[in-house]
Amino acid sequence: MSALQRLFGFHGGVKPAYHKEASTTAPIAVAPTPTRLVIPLHQSIGGPPRPLVKPGERVLKGQRIGSADGNVSSAVHASTSGTVVAVEMCLMPHTSGLSALCVVIEPDGRDEWIALQAFDYRAATPTQTRDYLRDAGVVGLGGAVFPTYLKLNAGKQGKLETLVLNGAECEPFITCDDVLMRERADAILRGAVIMREMLAAGQVLVGIEDNKPEAVAAMEAAARAVNAASGDDAIRVVAVPTRYPAGGAKQLIRVLTGIEVPHGERSTDYGVQCFNVGTAYAIHEAIELGQPLISRIVTVAGNVGHARNYQVLFGTPMKDLIALCAPLPDSDRVIMGGPMMGFLMPADQVPVVKATNCVLVGSKKLFPPPPPEMPCIRCGECAKVCPADLQPFEMYWFSRARIFGKAQEYNLFDCIECGCCAYVCPSRIPLVDYYRFAKSEIWTREVEKEAADEARERYEFRLLREEREKQEKAAKLAAKTAAGREKAAAAVAEAQKPAVTPEEDAKKALIAAALERVKTQKELVHPENTVDLTPEQQAEVAAIEARRAEIREMAKPHLRQDD
Amino acid sequence: MNNSPYFLQPASVQSVMLRVLLALLPGIAIYVWFFGAAVLVQIALASVTALAAEAAMLKARGKPLLMFLGDGSALVTAWLIALTFPPIAPWWLTVIGVLTAIVIAKHLYGGLGQNPFNPAMVAFALMIVAYPSLMSQWPAVGFTDFLPQWNAIFGTRQLDAITMATPLDALRTALHTADARATVAGVLGNDATFGNIGGKGWEWVAAGYFLGGIYLLQQRIITWHMPAAFLATLFLISGGFALYDPTRFVGPSFHLFTGGAMLGAFFIVTDPVSGCTTPRGKLIFAAGIALLTWVIRTFGAYPDGIAFAVLLMNIAAPLIDMYTQPPVFGHKNKRGGPP
Ligand code: SF4
Ligand code: SF4
Repeated sequence: MSALQRLFGFHGGVKPAYHKEASTTAPIAVAPTPTRLVIPLHQSIGGPPRPLVKPGERVLKGQRIGSADGNVSSAVHASTSGTVVAVEMCLMPHTSGLSALCVVIEPDGRDEWIALQAFDYRAATPTQTRDYLRDAGVVGLGGAVFPTYLKLNAGKQGKLETLVLNGAECEPFITCDDVLMRERADAILRGAVIMREMLAAGQVLVGIEDNKPEAVAAMEAAARAVNAASGDDAIRVVAVPTRYPAGGAKQLIRVLTGIEVPHGERSTDYGVQCFNVGTAYAIHEAIELGQPLISRIVTVAGNVGHARNYQVLFGTPMKDLIALCAPLPDSDRVIMGGPMMGFLMPADQVPVVKATNCVLVGSKKLFPPPPPEMPCIRCGECAKVCPADLQPFEMYWFSRARIFGKAQEYNLFDCIECGCCAYVCPSRIPLVDYYRFAKSEIWTREVEKEAADEARERYEFRLLREEREKQEKAAKLAAKTAAGREKAAAAVAEAQKPAVTPEEDAKKALIAAALERVKTQKELVHPENTVDLTPEQQAEVAAIEARRAEIREMAKPHLRQDD
Repeated sequence: MNNSPYFLQPASVQSVMLRVLLALLPGIAIYVWFFGAAVLVQIALASVTALAAEAAMLKARGKPLLMFLGDGSALVTAWLIALTFPPIAPWWLTVIGVLTAIVIAKHLYGGLGQNPFNPAMVAFALMIVAYPSLMSQWPAVGFTDFLPQWNAIFGTRQLDAITMATPLDALRTALHTADARATVAGVLGNDATFGNIGGKGWEWVAAGYFLGGIYLLQQRIITWHMPAAFLATLFLISGGFALYDPTRFVGPSFHLFTGGAMLGAFFIVTDPVSGCTTPRGKLIFAAGIALLTWVIRTFGAYPDGIAFAVLLMNIAAPLIDMYTQPPVFGHKNKRGGPP
């Protein structure tokens, strides 16, 4: 099948050492239920869910404990049955060391499910299905944790050309998608079939890096079965060349279809949508088995004796998971994700969440501290490997000099923070740190500007109100003096008067006009790149906001103004 | 505590610079074979001067000495100066040249990575303006006796026996100043030192640099854009004019294999710091240098034009970069232009 597919390249990319073999020798194991689950309520991009349970309450496995809040949000569920012992702030799996609201559950060991019922999506409207998936907590499991229901919308045309399943898994060490495809290919494709129907997609392309022949074979076998059953040749498994970041959604879409989805635009508008294979599996579980998302496959790798993939309940402390894998004594850090884009954990007791595709144990030997940073020699290595076709050294230059406008002109926000540039830079410049810093600074400024605009708006409104009150007072006074004389006439007029007096109308119009003016002014001063944000971008803004303080801290040592 | 990416490809400025030096070795070996060991003296002299100047400047600017001194960039500059200056130039000429490059062209502009002009070419241009005759005395090919060369560098200069003009210089002088009936063929045929292609000995040195250039390409230290654009442009323009009037314009094989063409194509034009960085920019930049080189060689008063050509294009580089930004991922349909 794969031979027929025409492939497209993407610019740049690197080939780091992959280190994938260690964790693929054994099949997926089920991680034991810990003595205490700490389940963060906010596990996806978008608004944090509202807690639905109180301390002391008994919950069942799969019971909703946090409900989606707002347009972009996704529900959270109890990973096993037990008692809620606390709803409190706990340390999050996040480099910043921030705490957030978590539901702490003491498992009762019975692992008792809620009443499970499959969802008949064929009988439901698309909106109903999407709401169901939102309440089942299904989010993108490739690491971005974007609520899946928002992407299951066929867009303007009501149909899609291509549904891309992302099984590329290009980051070193991570193999959770690999083993999932090897062991549960059928279930993944059942999920894909549901997605295809919802999106009315013409074809399904499964992109897998060609360093995973077992996964390719398993998925091909499953695809043959599905294709035979449906009679059309819609699902195709494509082995793509192994090159980081081939698993970036945009890069994979480009490799498989030749379509480049620009930054900030919906891929749906280009007739294509991309989901991780783990997400497809989660959709199958949610719809056909009625099970909300309460666990995922997590690779434990790095500085451990027995790297392996585990099926892990959300809320399980990473520490417990690592303990299963014989960590080596010189381990000194835990990273969530891979070595190229992963995040350093503030402590090893933070819980596994929906975004945790890999728990990577590090050591000085495995990830040596970078040699001292040298000046950029403009060698262009970074530009050669940038998959977003950017000029990283120019962005670096302007970010470092804090000329953020210029950095933006060099398309800073198209940077996917893949780390390729920093990986090859002979001057060992932590380029991505500079971009994170610049992005966060830009967002901060825009948020501050918005706050200032709001304050001005409030101020103008107050002036307006005071003016109105003054007029009203004057009117009252005038009315009083004239009261005796015009009492009778007034009474008659009152009876005939419409509900709103003309002058009240005028006042309202005045206020409305003023507000309108303020609004247009605000729009005028609004920086160009925040106009017309898609929900994805808004979510991005929120996420970036959260990382702001942390990044500033991280970037500080690099930002000495020495030249 | 660092942030992602957590592991890096083993590469460093030092390893880049060392490989550039390595790539120069074949050319240097052939140089010694044809013109004697004087060039090695110059390389040593230039290296010591460059390191001392670099150390002094780093100290004055309060920079970590070891980290930067070891980066190798000063050595590359020093070697390029030694290879572009006449090997029998007096020692102080080389020293002044290197000091100019390191102190003025590099550190006064902010050090490694900040210099808008190619330091070695700044040195060459200044010296040839200041000491045109000293910069034009080259050892006669095959005259490899070390002692007179050593004396020429450090002691009493009795040069007549051992020097001659470079083929490029000789040809230019003959065509410009000799009687109006001099032709390229006449000049070239007159003198055995013009060799087969680009001047006896010179063509082999050029071949050595070419070999080193191929190594740099294979190591992905340079990309094909600049050498290709430079050599192709030089080939086309000299070829075109030679076809137009072969008596007055010498053909491409001479241009490509004489003077600093090969050294320039792979080692000088490709200096990343002062050149263009975008792919299209690199093509324009190198083609511009080739064009100017040819013009200066053909109509100018100096024996070789590469240094001036490089400096002129250095000025234009930021502008060229600005107008040749490659389209960003997904922006291919949008109109390009300066950012
Ligand atoms: S790879 Fe590093 S040194 Fe080279 S141009 Fe990019 S930032 Fe500068
Ligand atoms: S981190 Fe950004 S600038 Fe660097 S290679 Fe990736 S996309 Fe390009």
